[in-house]
Order: sequence, then structure tokens, then C-alpha cells
Amino acid sequence: MLPSAPNPFPTGTRTPLQDLRGTITPNGLFFERHHAGVPIIDPQDHRLMIHGMVQSPLIFTMSDLMRLPSISRVHFIECSGNSAAEWAKPSGRTAQEIHGLLSNAEWTGVLLSVLLREAGVQPGARWVLAEGADAAAMTRSIPLVKAMDDAMVVYAQNGERLRPEQGYPLRLLLPGYEGNSCVKWLRRLKLGAEPWQTREETSAYTDLMPDGTARQFTFVMDAKSCIVSPSGGERLGSHGYHEICGVAWSGRGRIKAVEVSTDAGATWRSARLQEPVLPRAVTAFGIDWTWDGQPAVLQSRAIDETGYVQPSRAELLAVRGTNSLYHYNGIQSWKIDAGGEVTNVHA
Amino acid sequence: MCTPERAVRCLSVAVLFLVGAAASIATAPVAAAEPLYRLGSPLADGDLVGWNIDVAADGAGLPPGQGSVAEGKAVYDAKCAACHGAKGEGKPANQLVGGSVRPPAAVKTVGSFWPYATTLYDYVNRSMPWDRPQSLTPNEVYSVSAYILNLNGIVPDSAVLDAVSLPKVRMPNRDGFTTPDPRPDTR
Repeated sequence: MLPSAPNPFPTGTRTPLQDLRGTITPNGLFFERHHAGVPIIDPQDHRLMIHGMVQSPLIFTMSDLMRLPSISRVHFIECSGNSAAEWAKPSGRTAQEIHGLLSNAEWTGVLLSVLLREAGVQPGARWVLAEGADAAAMTRSIPLVKAMDDAMVVYAQNGERLRPEQGYPLRLLLPGYEGNSCVKWLRRLKLGAEPWQTREETSAYTDLMPDGTARQFTFVMDAKSCIVSPSGGERLGSHGYHEICGVAWSGRGRIKAVEVSTDAGATWRSARLQEPVLPRAVTAFGIDWTWDGQPAVLQSRAIDETGYVQPSRAELLAVRGTNSLYHYNGIQSWKIDAGGEVTNVHA
Repeated sequence: MCTPERAVRCLSVAVLFLVGAAASIATAPVAAAEPLYRLGSPLADGDLVGWNIDVAADGAGLPPGQGSVAEGKAVYDAKCAACHGAKGEGKPANQLVGGSVRPPAAVKTVGSFWPYATTLYDYVNRSMPWDRPQSLTPNEVYSVSAYILNLNGIVPDSAVLDAVSLPKVRMPNRDGFTTPDPRPDTR
């Protein structure tokens, strides 16, 4: 079964969160989102160009990049359009259909700051245009502060070279930022004083508010969580003990706590967090639960190290309305009926 | 051995760490120090041909050429209408004409939502048509941009767009975008 609705311009696949355990997404199940298909690139021919407001414009081969000091870090990528249908009404059936534009991997590559120091950043540069080698030649403007902080150019994912759908041979990784800005098939970085106002940062990936204005450059993915067991599409076969387990993540740092409710938010208990708890990475949680056979509504809310608390859907809509499209992180509610059927509801 | 050369390198590494610390506090990074690894090749002017295609919001990067609304209709009918509809009404691809940014039924189009005409040129040039991106000439991109803007009532029937006139086109939703990011905003 297709996880997404049929689309004349096929653009993606979703991670089956309810079928996974632990935190690492297997590479073949990592979500995909493309803006004009998947290019087939010979790494021997691929180049990364760095130019614009730099002292020494440079062109790197993949061999050059792989000679540089490498680092490996675990980070999630979440499409900011993840869970977008939930702005309107309960839509998806399973965790995959609702929240499957989220995946987590160990990435290996080079800090972007290393490359920018090789080229030498000119005074006055504040933005970096990142361009892909796909058919859309997709572009995003990235704040130079982020580029010099923890941004990476990555060539490996979970120990193997990137797969074509994930940007082979080279991808930009901006930890905690919306997935679209992690430009795949990365071929060019151009430094400038102002953002370029590309299509993907104006007509898309901006958040329309109730007053008709749109927030722009809202890169960071706020804290969010989802119970993956029990979850939608499942039927609890027996009363008694069940471990409620799920995943939580925040683009602003580490997950500090996850709280779980089994009574539609009336009362909350702290869940166990699985170590290690890494910044801007998926953290697994679990909590004991005895199902008495009565109808129940399960919810989880993530709290990150900044103190941010994942909002309820009502709290989110009170601020953003229903046209925002991107950055939906309202609390997920799973209803369990007396027969054990688990469904997606807005409680 | 701490040779003089090595000492300089150690110093430059120390400076890099200081620069990095400063960058995380200041709003803009400080210019970088000397390169450490000397990997990557110098970029020659010719290396940029075919790559340096971006058009900025101020019009930087727009090529020579021009295009009229009438010429644009011919391009649109031949290469765009199959996906975007006879008059930009959309389906199967995005609606380009009309729409509104107001709730409850916001429809984001070039006319109702896009803040810069330069973005239209840049996107059509780099990404369209879907099946043959980067196949249009500059004159075709200028003209089809003029036609789409004309369908939205933004430029007159007589409009001819080029590197000077396109960036001056005032989009209706030019002031509709807000920065910086105000989040966290829910509590």
C-alpha cells in the first residue's frame, strides 16, 4: 500500500515509525522527499563549488572531501511538512502516515565550517545559498551563523555511503533544521550578504498565519513526540500489561523529559528515556501501562533542554490558525476503544 | 618539535577556536583565518559557466535578454499549460493565478503570495518545465514570467521584462512576510 496519497508528481515516502524500535532509522526506510526526482550521479564527476563572498573560491572533488577530517554525529531529519494534514482534521491512520516524514541516522562527513575556512569568508557575508544537482536544482538560503556552527556536508549514513534518494554522493546536513534545507546532491555553496528569496523559502516552507502574513526562515523543528506502540492501525489483543513506547526529538537540543497521559491529558506521568540522549536526535521513551479494557486516549508530550513543552493541538491552533501548513507539532492522541482498536483522534 | 612554522600553525588553530566561540555569540561570523588543509582547487572563471545560475532578489544574476506578455503566452501555451492549466488555474500542478492569503480558504499563487518577481524568473529558469528543466532561453523565461504576471493583473498587456524592469515589478504580497522567527510561540 502506498503510504502517501497518489500524486501526479511523486515526491516521497514515509518512515514506518510504528514498525521500528530503538532510534536509528534503517537506510532503506529513511523517509524521502524530492522536488524533481532522484538524480543518478557518478561520484567521480561530482563537484562541490564554494564561491561568492569568499577570499578564495574553491572546487572540491569527492576525493578532496573524504580526505578532510571526518566526524560522525547522530541527528534526525524531519520535513517541516510532516503531520501537515493534522492542521485540519485527523487524517492519517498510522504513525507512518501521520508523522513518517521523520527519520534518524548517524551521519559522517566534514564540518561545513572547515570548508568555509579553507575558502575564507569575506566580511559582510551573512547567508549561504545551497544548491542541489537534482533536476529542480533546488536552492535554499542558509544563515552563515548556522553554516559556521554545526552544519556538515555528509557522504555517509549509518555506516554506508548515502543512497541516491538521500543525496548521493553529498548532502548538506543542518542539525535541527527543517529537512528541506538539508539540500541533497549538494553541488554549490554561494556566500552573500542577503538571502536569495528562492521559491522554496518564499512560496513554500513559509508559515501562513491567521492574519494573512507568513513567517519566513522558520528553520528549527520544535520539540515533538509520538507514541509508536500502541498506535493507529493496531488492535490490542489482550488486557493487562503493555509497554507504551515512542520517540521524541527537538531541533533545539536534547530531550529533557517525555510525559505520557492515558486519560486524554487529564494526568501525566514521566516516561523512561533510553540512553544516550543526544542533541537534535531522536530519543526513545517507554512507560509501563496496564490496560483495563476500558476506552482510553494515549498522548505524549516532549520537553526539551530549553524548557520548551510540546503544545496540545488546541494550544498550537490558538496561535497559528489552520493555514500554516508547516511545523505542526501538536500532541498526538491515539484512542483505544473497548475492542482494542487504536485510531487517530483529536482529543 | 615546535618549529617556527609549526608554532604559527598552532597559533592559527587557537585563533580559529576563538573565532568559532565568537561566532556562536555574535549575530554574524567573523572572517576566517588561513586555510589549514589546502584541499580543493582554485576556481577559475570558466568553472562557473552553467553553474552560477541563481538570480537574487535585487536582480543580480539576471542575464541579457527580454520578453513580452504576448511572446510569453506562446511559450506558456506550448510548455506550461499542460500542467498548470490554460490560464494558470492549476491541476495537476500548482495554481499560478488568483488565490488569496486570507483564511479560511487560503490559496497561495504567484499573484497572491510570491513576494518577488525575481523568484519567478529564477525558479522557472532552474526548475521548469518539469520534464525539461533549464531548457528555456532567457528570452523565453522573461516572456513567460511577463505572461504569468499579466494573468495576475500585476503587469499590463504591453509589458516587456528584462534585467532592469523585472526586479522593479512590485508584487502584491511583497510586505506579507515576517522575520525573524518568533518561536517559541505556544507558551
